[in-house]
Amino acid sequence: MNSHKEQEHWDLIIRPRANLFDLGLKDIWRYRDLLRLFVKRDFVAQYKQTVLGPVWNIIQPIFTTIMFLLVFGKIANIPTDGIKPTLFYMAGITIWNYFSTCFTTTSTTFVTNAAIFGKVYFPRMVLPLSVVISNIVRFFIQFGLLLVMMVYYQFNGYPIHIGLEWLLIPFLVLLMGGIGLGAGIIISSLTTKYREFTILVSFGVQLMMYATPIAYPLSYLMGKSYKWVILINPLTPVVEAFRYALFGKGHFEWSSLIYSVLFMIGSLVIGSVIFTKTERSFMDTV
Amino acid sequence: MSDTVIKVEGVSKQYRLGEVGTGTLSHDINRWWYRVRRKEDPYLKVGESNDRTTKGDSEYVWALENVNFEVRKGDVVGIIGRNGAGKSTLLKILSRTTTPTVGNIKIKGRVASLLEVGTGFHPELSGRENIFLNGAILGMTTREIKNKFDEIVDFAGIERYVDTPVKRYSSGMYVRLAFAVAAHLEPDILVLDEVLAVGDAEFQKKCLGKIREVSDNEGRTVLFVSHSMASVRSLCNYGVFMDKGRTEGLESVGNAVEKYLYGSKQLDTLAEYDGSNPTYYANADMTKSVKVNRVQIVDEKGEKSNKFKTTESFTIRIEWSNLSGVACSPNFQLKSSMGINVMIASDSPIDWDGNKKKASGTYISEFKVPGSLLNANDYYLSIALDSHSPRICFESHVDVMRIVIWDPMDETNLARGMFVNIREDVVLWPALECSFKKIS
Repeated sequence: MNSHKEQEHWDLIIRPRANLFDLGLKDIWRYRDLLRLFVKRDFVAQYKQTVLGPVWNIIQPIFTTIMFLLVFGKIANIPTDGIKPTLFYMAGITIWNYFSTCFTTTSTTFVTNAAIFGKVYFPRMVLPLSVVISNIVRFFIQFGLLLVMMVYYQFNGYPIHIGLEWLLIPFLVLLMGGIGLGAGIIISSLTTKYREFTILVSFGVQLMMYATPIAYPLSYLMGKSYKWVILINPLTPVVEAFRYALFGKGHFEWSSLIYSVLFMIGSLVIGSVIFTKTERSFMDTV
Repeated sequence: MSDTVIKVEGVSKQYRLGEVGTGTLSHDINRWWYRVRRKEDPYLKVGESNDRTTKGDSEYVWALENVNFEVRKGDVVGIIGRNGAGKSTLLKILSRTTTPTVGNIKIKGRVASLLEVGTGFHPELSGRENIFLNGAILGMTTREIKNKFDEIVDFAGIERYVDTPVKRYSSGMYVRLAFAVAAHLEPDILVLDEVLAVGDAEFQKKCLGKIREVSDNEGRTVLFVSHSMASVRSLCNYGVFMDKGRTEGLESVGNAVEKYLYGSKQLDTLAEYDGSNPTYYANADMTKSVKVNRVQIVDEKGEKSNKFKTTESFTIRIEWSNLSGVACSPNFQLKSSMGINVMIASDSPIDWDGNKKKASGTYISEFKVPGSLLNANDYYLSIALDSHSPRICFESHVDVMRIVIWDPMDETNLARGMFVNIREDVVLWPALECSFKKIS
């Protein structure tokens, strides 16, 4: 009888609904080893049974750069802010690739991992986080290629610009990853019920690349009436700032960068709330 | 009770049938609109119980309906039921891959669930890499896995292949490795779903041994879903029988297994069966050949009963008609509550081929089962009418009656002797003819 008196302590209570802002950050920390192993898996497994292995990471930006040189440089004759065109395109492609892989891969988190998620519990957020981290590794490989090219052009009359602006680069990479993650987890939560969003993402990313100054500088749009389309894109300031930091040329404003940061914070907050809400029972609808 | 580690309180789970399409959107909007006005979800009031065989009117079904039970620390609980009874849904909620629609589950300690072996195994990675990955998915830290790595490889018996990608493994090796990882988890509560159905006999035995070890020595709680009554019987000390999403809660494993095997039949205390419910008959013509009219179970005094002491004999009396002059013999079978076929018998000792009962008419065949033979248990009686040549089963009536044998647990039961416990695992407990003499 005395057992009724003591207040029972339960480690876990499984309920129909959870608190809106109970994001389980503690749980994610407890599963940090899993996060690390997922990152390793993503990277190791992708190149098993390939001859070139991680070299594939630099082949893609090289060919894209060559294509851009042809189409935008030679055919369309778009100026590049006085930056050597090869470097201009390659810098844009490198930072864009990071965003687009983060975004597209995290946006399918629930659908592609439904098999695992249906069988075992771990904080679902570990997976999109691992995507963002493992892509940082890829980003740095491509960034390394960019640096090699810059050194090469150093000896061909395009001196490397080194300044304090370089300190911005890690911050810009995080910003890009954050926006990709935030937008990705919002979409991934929506796709569990409505698959429309998968289709939307696949061509949306392509369209978005053209709405981001990758193949042209923002300054090229000065005075054009459709300039606002490019300006409301939160990725625009990041790409511009990235090139500015690397080459010391181009268009850079703190105010527009703050817009990107706010966008990232907003999308991450909204994303993680929706994501945690979805992860609890998405198995029923996916 | 303070040592309760799992408390399932009024858990229900509703599923929507059919496809997700435009209808989903309108229901979602409607549901949202009710929630905004702080009203109860309108779709919770609809929904039918989950009987997969009949066509329902509602597109909502309840996969679980008001499930309640408590599990104490160290219990090994078998969850049994037919396909679609809600076992897996319950385990899914317990392992947090989905949430209940209503109700909640309170848990003390760490839960690890093994709803499938090799969850998250990556085919391209080696056995070694997968041990770490799979272990982490199941909630272990890298350090824990490192400490147990050799043990895991040893348990799985795959030392030679540990650096080979798992896609090159045989399916048996794959499962062995996967189970080995899971078996070395150290959760307080282990949730298992029919994972033992794979692997060879030796490995299955090893797994069962491991589970037993975990609960006996380490005081862990195990929830175990299986269709193998033998495994459930040998592993579990409690059972939860689920039927169409409902359950009466925790009970002895014997009761739960019995409900699973025979539960759907309404076998009351009647000691008579009128032959109206044959499970099988050869064909339409044959039913006109012979027919069971009545089956009775009677005690030594000739009174109808279906409850006997272990020491008492009883008689199975079958009244049947030969309608077309075929050679025919009745026979019966007794099954224990665990589904074990305990005995079959016919009247072949006195009428080998059934020719003596060839003349049309009505017969009564009696079989006497001696006392002090069967152990206390519930036995299920099946009756059949067969012919010897050609070999035909005219009619069979499966599990139509229940015979309850109970043990008075006193000195009248000569067979019992020094045994003071109830032994549910023993089928025969006879008082054999025996002798002894002093030889030196």
